[in-house]
Amino acid sequence: MTNIFNYIDRKSPIHNLTGATKFVCLLLWSFAAMVTFDTKILALLPVVSFILFGLSKIKLKDISFLLVFTLVFMVMNNVLVFLFSPMHGTELYGSCTEICKLWGNNYLTVEQLWYHLNLVLKYFSTMPIVILFISTTEPSEFAASLNKIGVKYTIAYAVSLALRYIPDVQREYHEISLAQQARGIEMSSKENIVKRLKSASAILIPLVLQSLERIDVITNAMELRGFGKNRKRTWYRSRKFTKADIISMIFCGALLLLSIGMNIYNGSRFWMPHF
Amino acid sequence: MKKNVVKSIVAIGIGAALFFVLGRFVAIPSPVPNTNISTQYGLLAFLACVYGPVVGALAGLIGHALIDFSYGWGIWWSWVIASAVFGLLVGLFSLKKKTVASLNISQVIAHAIAWIGVAPVLDIVMYAEPVDKIFLQGAVAAVANIVTTAIIATLLLLAYNATKPKAGSLKKEK
Repeated sequence: MTNIFNYIDRKSPIHNLTGATKFVCLLLWSFAAMVTFDTKILALLPVVSFILFGLSKIKLKDISFLLVFTLVFMVMNNVLVFLFSPMHGTELYGSCTEICKLWGNNYLTVEQLWYHLNLVLKYFSTMPIVILFISTTEPSEFAASLNKIGVKYTIAYAVSLALRYIPDVQREYHEISLAQQARGIEMSSKENIVKRLKSASAILIPLVLQSLERIDVITNAMELRGFGKNRKRTWYRSRKFTKADIISMIFCGALLLLSIGMNIYNGSRFWMPHF
Repeated sequence: MKKNVVKSIVAIGIGAALFFVLGRFVAIPSPVPNTNISTQYGLLAFLACVYGPVVGALAGLIGHALIDFSYGWGIWWSWVIASAVFGLLVGLFSLKKKTVASLNISQVIAHAIAWIGVAPVLDIVMYAEPVDKIFLQGAVAAVANIVTTAIIATLLLLAYNATKPKAGSLKKEK
């Protein structure tokens, strides 16, 4: 229950970076992967992230569950895109190189296959880095790091509260659910859909009303301790930036600039070699 | 700092925790295979109605981002932002009236804007996916969410109103 975010405690250069650095890098990296469809960059990012994985000492078997999950999602999304518009690549790249006829007016085109290659690469350029972030950053340090990069501390504290109370809410949900099941509610697929929703509400109502009460209690406790009186606050979990932090942030910033630069150089977000 | 501000922060935190638990662990199987009914939007609509637009937007944003983090497939920003927009809109519509009817009208409008407007447009801008696939996904999500929210948010609001003492419910003894 405590480890829903899959944090893995190891000694490594990546673990030693502050939470703020890793969060900034994650944002810069995902923007770099998001803005471009340049295949060269989308191929470079996964290679770099696999090197980082090596540095972090996270083993493949630690994250295999997350990986399988994401790969299934990726395959499903690609299949959906292909079934819906097999000519989408042609629209994007503005040319049409037919390989064979499929159905109706639709052809299997080189452009479409190229687009799918880019889509797959896009997953591989963001997915490893997110998995790396969640497995090397402690959740409580994450909340402190939000404040460090300029998010108002009240908001950072809300994130911290959410992380703190997720296990509590989960346990409460479980208890209420067992109590209601003992009284005979049914939530599995044996019942029809309206009945199922109604039984869900039989659990939700006590859970939410209890949570509203909890909100009042916590508010009073924080109020009594003078929360929100000053403009700033300190964090138990925050650390000072080191040289490695600055270097990694500059590196990720450079990646983003490179990716935007390639878009300008190519004249569009999309790039395809001439076959 | 006013009391309301502290209360809003706590409501965002607990709201996000509830949103997370419902979205991550409470999967009600639906008639369509591989699709689960998301009860968390009923909760979000209710919270936005009671605590206002800021709490609705941020609880949706944080809760949804945490769900994506815990799955590890990367944050799908377009849908996270759509969740926040949904909370914000329901909160804004419910500023004056907090009745069952007004909540249901506002949730239908907010779901339509969030899943047929915001999410697909952001998907197209960020991921350049084909337009018809995205809008179909959005429309299916919108319809499913509207139905679940209608049932769950209504029941929650009725239960919540029943716990509040009504004005004039106390009489002076003669």
